[in-house]
Amino acid sequence: MSRPCVTIDGNEAAAYTAFRTNEVIAIYPITPSSPMGEHSDAWAVEGLKNIWGTVPQVTEMQAEGGAAGAVHGALQGGALTTTFTASQGLLLMIPNMFKIAGELTSTVFHVSARSVATHALSIFCDHSDVMAARSTGFAFLASNTIQEVMDFALIAQAATLASRVPFVHFFDGFRTSHEVSKVEQISEDDMRALIDNELVRAHRLRCLSSDHPVIRGTAQNPDVFFQARETVNPYYEACPDLVQKAMDQFGKVVGRSYHLFDYVGAKDAEHVIVLMGSGADTAEETVQYLQKKGEKVGLLKVRLYRPFSIRHFIETLPPTVRNISVLDRTKEPGAAGEPLYQDIVTALAEAKAGGISSFSNEPKVTGGRYGLSSKEFTPAMVKGVFDNMKQSSARNHYTVGILDDVSNTSLEYDPSFVVEPDNRTRAVFYGLGSDGTVSANKNSIKIIGEETENSAQGYFVYDSKKAGSVTVSHLRFGPDPIHSPYLISKANFVACHQFSFLEKYDMLKVAEDGATFLLNSIYSADSVWDHLPKMVQQQIIDKKLKFYVIDAYKLANEVGLGVRINTIMQTCFFAISNVLPKDQAIDLIKTFTKKTYGKRGESVIQMNFKAIDMAVDHLVQVQVPAAATSSIPMRSPVPDEAPDYVKKVTGEIVAGRGDDLPVSAFAPDGTFPSATTQWEKRNIALEVPVWESDICIQCGKCVFVCPHAVIRSKVYDASLLDKAPETFKSVDAKWKQFEGKKFTLQISAEDCTGCGVCVSNCPAKSKTEPDKKAINMSALDPIREKERANWKFFQTLPYGNRKELKLNLVKDVQLLQPLFEFSGACAGCGETAYIKLLSQLFGDRAVIANATGCSSIYGGNLPTTPYAQTPEGRGPAWSNSLFEDNAEFGMGMRLALDKQIEYAGELVRRLSASVGQDLADALLNADQTTDEGIETQRERVVQLKKKLEAVKSDEARELQSLADVLVSKNVWIVGGDGWAYDIGYGGLDHVIASGRNVNILVLDTEVYSNTGGQASKATPRGATAKFAMGGKPVPKKDLAMMAISYGNVYVARVALGANDAQTLKAFREAEAYNGPSLILAYSHCIAHGYDLVKGLSQQKLAVESGYWPLIRYNPDLLGENKNPLTLDSKAPAIPLKDYVYNETRYSMLTKTRPEAAAQLLKDAQEDVRKRWRAYAHLAEMPVNDK
Amino acid sequence: MDLSTEYLGLPLKSPLVISSSPLAKDVDKVRQIEDAGAGAVVLHSLFEEQILIEEKQLNENLLQGTESFAEALNYFPELTRFHHGPEGYLAHISDIRSAVDIPVIASLNGISVGGWIDYARQIEAAGADALELNLYFIPTDPAVMGTQVEHMYTVLVKEITAKIKIPVAVKLSPYFSATANMLRRIDQAGAKGLVLFNRFYQPDFDLDRLEVNPRIVLSSSDELTLRLRWTAILSGQVHCDIAVTGGVHTSDDVIKTILAGARVAMMTSAVLKHGIPYIGDILSGVEAWMEKKGYSSVQDMRGILSMKKIAEPAAYVRSNYMKVLGSY
Repeated sequence: MSRPCVTIDGNEAAAYTAFRTNEVIAIYPITPSSPMGEHSDAWAVEGLKNIWGTVPQVTEMQAEGGAAGAVHGALQGGALTTTFTASQGLLLMIPNMFKIAGELTSTVFHVSARSVATHALSIFCDHSDVMAARSTGFAFLASNTIQEVMDFALIAQAATLASRVPFVHFFDGFRTSHEVSKVEQISEDDMRALIDNELVRAHRLRCLSSDHPVIRGTAQNPDVFFQARETVNPYYEACPDLVQKAMDQFGKVVGRSYHLFDYVGAKDAEHVIVLMGSGADTAEETVQYLQKKGEKVGLLKVRLYRPFSIRHFIETLPPTVRNISVLDRTKEPGAAGEPLYQDIVTALAEAKAGGISSFSNEPKVTGGRYGLSSKEFTPAMVKGVFDNMKQSSARNHYTVGILDDVSNTSLEYDPSFVVEPDNRTRAVFYGLGSDGTVSANKNSIKIIGEETENSAQGYFVYDSKKAGSVTVSHLRFGPDPIHSPYLISKANFVACHQFSFLEKYDMLKVAEDGATFLLNSIYSADSVWDHLPKMVQQQIIDKKLKFYVIDAYKLANEVGLGVRINTIMQTCFFAISNVLPKDQAIDLIKTFTKKTYGKRGESVIQMNFKAIDMAVDHLVQVQVPAAATSSIPMRSPVPDEAPDYVKKVTGEIVAGRGDDLPVSAFAPDGTFPSATTQWEKRNIALEVPVWESDICIQCGKCVFVCPHAVIRSKVYDASLLDKAPETFKSVDAKWKQFEGKKFTLQISAEDCTGCGVCVSNCPAKSKTEPDKKAINMSALDPIREKERANWKFFQTLPYGNRKELKLNLVKDVQLLQPLFEFSGACAGCGETAYIKLLSQLFGDRAVIANATGCSSIYGGNLPTTPYAQTPEGRGPAWSNSLFEDNAEFGMGMRLALDKQIEYAGELVRRLSASVGQDLADALLNADQTTDEGIETQRERVVQLKKKLEAVKSDEARELQSLADVLVSKNVWIVGGDGWAYDIGYGGLDHVIASGRNVNILVLDTEVYSNTGGQASKATPRGATAKFAMGGKPVPKKDLAMMAISYGNVYVARVALGANDAQTLKAFREAEAYNGPSLILAYSHCIAHGYDLVKGLSQQKLAVESGYWPLIRYNPDLLGENKNPLTLDSKAPAIPLKDYVYNETRYSMLTKTRPEAAAQLLKDAQEDVRKRWRAYAHLAEMPVNDK
Repeated sequence: MDLSTEYLGLPLKSPLVISSSPLAKDVDKVRQIEDAGAGAVVLHSLFEEQILIEEKQLNENLLQGTESFAEALNYFPELTRFHHGPEGYLAHISDIRSAVDIPVIASLNGISVGGWIDYARQIEAAGADALELNLYFIPTDPAVMGTQVEHMYTVLVKEITAKIKIPVAVKLSPYFSATANMLRRIDQAGAKGLVLFNRFYQPDFDLDRLEVNPRIVLSSSDELTLRLRWTAILSGQVHCDIAVTGGVHTSDDVIKTILAGARVAMMTSAVLKHGIPYIGDILSGVEAWMEKKGYSSVQDMRGILSMKKIAEPAAYVRSNYMKVLGSY
């Protein structure tokens, strides 16, 4: 039977099988497993059925713990149930996994393996998550390739039903979950042939039912628990054979043969590597290569890791083996060895003891770690491992792939060793996220994979920044199957889709001699040469590259595609790469363009067709001169004046050379210096704002709203202008208290993202040219050098002095230094302006607990981080613990501070005689409710420390170490709605109920933004999101009202774009309130689906429509006999539709389900009406209503 | 009293037609319009430009931020199908068509020849009884000559009328150097009806924000005279039917349009202002006048004050101007 070949990624492959072989799917989004749930949800909404002809129920839960609970419940209900997860998500499932396994319940959890957060979070792959779950009693089946993912998902399902042992089916996150590859699609008949319906019914019959009641989940005592726990042994003993039986049956039906352990290599191998996961594919490719060279090497791929069958393992290994090296993709500090290594050592010892060992000489076993957090694992490293084990003094407990100069664990290897065959196209593309490069490449893989006999593989490397992000695509095509799950190091095609990358990245390093180089260039073939950096010119000459250019931006603009040059560059690739005949390729590009964009409308297709037709005509080969003539150097990743650490470590990461940094470059506890974004001048904006000083009214609104803190204002003495650059602008300051002083609004052009939010929010207009505002967007290139100098000078001017400012005024606050700057958030982000405000007002005394999500990514993702410092070296101290525990994490910080303040106070009292009673009293009774009071207390603490130096006692040393806490500190707990409304709600609720003095800032984008737009309980009724494809049918949770119900929580709902003064007031009141405070901040988001330049206008409409009423609930007002609830916005003045239908999240439903959209709009409008009425009623209630 | 008339070859029970407006977006309201006595209904316009903009915007918004960041390769669920502009409109035609018995006239405003023809065909297939082409184009480019605009219009009408079988009416502006000639050319190009005249959105200024805000205001009876003049001039000089739209607010206004030679009077603003039952009031007023004046059918009174019929045709040309001036 022939099966279709499809070009898909690992997540889709897993979901394809899982969806068809289950009845209930309970999930929660987590990278990199989210797409499995998203596919399942989409298929369910489309009405796709499982192999029994019914549509599975797909449900999003509030957390992975919740998903596991729901899975457990559904299994107890007798439904075939699955879930998808990774990393912390799997960890949260562990308690239920013990239960599910303890109850011998058939299920398969599909896991795209990902690093567990330790010293840092990482979304990338290793096996630390699955290894953390290995004691649960689940079976573990490892897939190494996308084909195996599809196949093993089915084998696991069959085996779990047969064995009753629940399964974790895992594969490598990103490398396998996100790699796109051509696979043979198993059919539903194949699935039916593997799944025994009798076993399905047996599973169902074991359910809890009042028609045949039983009890599970009892509590047992020392008398019986142990015995009862041992009852499962026969099932685990039988499990491996049942898995092999399922594999055999699969082989019979489908034709692909698998075993619990699969061996490849020389039959008389002496040196064997043991490992599991995608790395096994790399090792297999290398073993085959070395075997052809006559080496006696082999590879044992572990498929079924648990239950571990020693017998099968021993039987699979050639008896000639002398050396075994076990590679673990995880680290267990303090263990005798990593888990797989320990299993192999145990297996060999037990085999020998049990007399089943077949080796002529007992093999010597070494173990090593590789590939943590998706660290590359290449054939060169595999060879390095073989080379090591062959030595008599082979290193054990080694690492491979890094340079460990601290513990000296790392193996040496020759990175130039490659095994790839010559008959492959190996293409590397450098693009921008926004230009569509990755989409085009995914399309190309599909074209080649599905329309030709060739194999195809694509893997994509993304940036850690969200704005102006760089993507690198690695594509392989060839007549033979591709087993190379690692990045391309020798490319025969390199494309650069952004000219500016040439001076930033050494992209031609991967080009092999004679390769083709395609460049998107505004310069013609005749003139481009003179604009290339010297190094690039030399590489083109030395490597004899065939060099082509096209002005794709010009063409894209002409046809209406804007900056999306994807179809143009894709066409060029096919035109010159010779992968397919040109005409056939163009026909296929058009066919696939229609498939991709067809549903978006005919006009969109036509635009792309036009681009395809024009691309070939405009592609020109450059005649390469004989010598390099350029004087353009490659750009240094950070400036020379950057601190040493930034130059030696951060700069290397920025330059893309982080892989080469040794272990010693990093602190052992995950600590990094803050304030590093200032050194990474990304120059990602095409246009930046330019100040018109004569139009400006100095209101500070542009500074206030800038999401990236690139617009700053300062008032200073005119005398400081002496050394100002010629183009530095300055006008008289328009403050009464600053009469005679100068004012400057300066833009850090090189840090700007070009979002335009500032310009759209500027209220000042030219009287003669109304389109001209006090700031206007202008091309960056012509002004870059001038503005760089201006910014540098501007930094020498002082920021506003708190004592001279009225911090209740937006205009004044904007003279404060932002201590959050140049983050990697999306251009125009709706969250960051709030964090910036927090940092300006309180940053020099703030400790921030940040929930995982967008704000932890732009707040703490390497290479550079945005939390900054004052000239005195103070600034926010920031940390991210987890997603689910952030409120508790922040409360812990508060508890520590409170204890330390108490203890410090006690010490001051005890040492009052030594430090002086007056100083002691002043320290203990200081009024720190004003900036002045805080400043004075700081001075007292300096005095105290000085006096303590002379005191020779342990108590004095204690107080010295604690003295700083006597200056008021504030704890901020920051996170998104996914945390606050869903996964972290329990903790948040507990923390606000505690009465402790913490400030909680919820950046409410009403959707899980960081993981790609899944619905949360903050998602409003009628909005479309993942897991709410038909429009969310229920209203958003009113978190403000829930918090208000405690009575002692300060609560504010703010929207910067609607009322900046109210936002400022709320932040100040929240910090001043001596108890828990909760600020819900409306945050427009890229996941809302509109140009974020209009973000603040949308905020205004949200408030005017009554959807987002601005409120402040201040319990302190009760003490003044006032109603604590203040409504800061007016009654709904515009219909809800005038606000919501400007956003795709709402309007797309009118294009997909118009009738439902109309009903949901009506219901949502009613929600607004009712809620306003309730708020107005509360705000008008008399305080002493008897 | 016989109020029936014929427009675009379609029998109408009354000469009052509800022209293109948001009222027609609601099937229930169209039913009420029929019940109130309207002879036909013109649906709101299908704007090709709007469809294209919406398609482009939706595409851009869905693509925004995609394939840029490893954790969020897209931000919206992959929906397999979108109902773009024409689909909803076409479905609406069918819904209205099956909900009422009066003729349903669709309205189309295109920007490309291909678009006009394609959508016209789809509208015909959806069951519309007739199509009104809304030629809503403001030639802002000083380099574009009047003859070019005229040529473009006539070619377009020819193309569309050749491609569909349902009758086509053309709604256009009065701003031509030789309006009568232009309207006759439209007539000759195959139109079955002329709808006089379009009312454009007009720019207005926001004095606070120093911005230009295009807006449209409801019409008033004052605007009717322009329509009456050209209806009276053309009546009997063109083969196609004439409909008056813009400024029809009262029974008298309806009567005047018929006396000038129009087949139907189209009304929107007055109905939006007074409600759908106002249609009945208007028709009663027409009947009362007919009774008072002794007309038994609309047919009898049509065009009796048209330029061809009256003794002093100069009343519609310059002498009329002089006469009015003299009256002050």
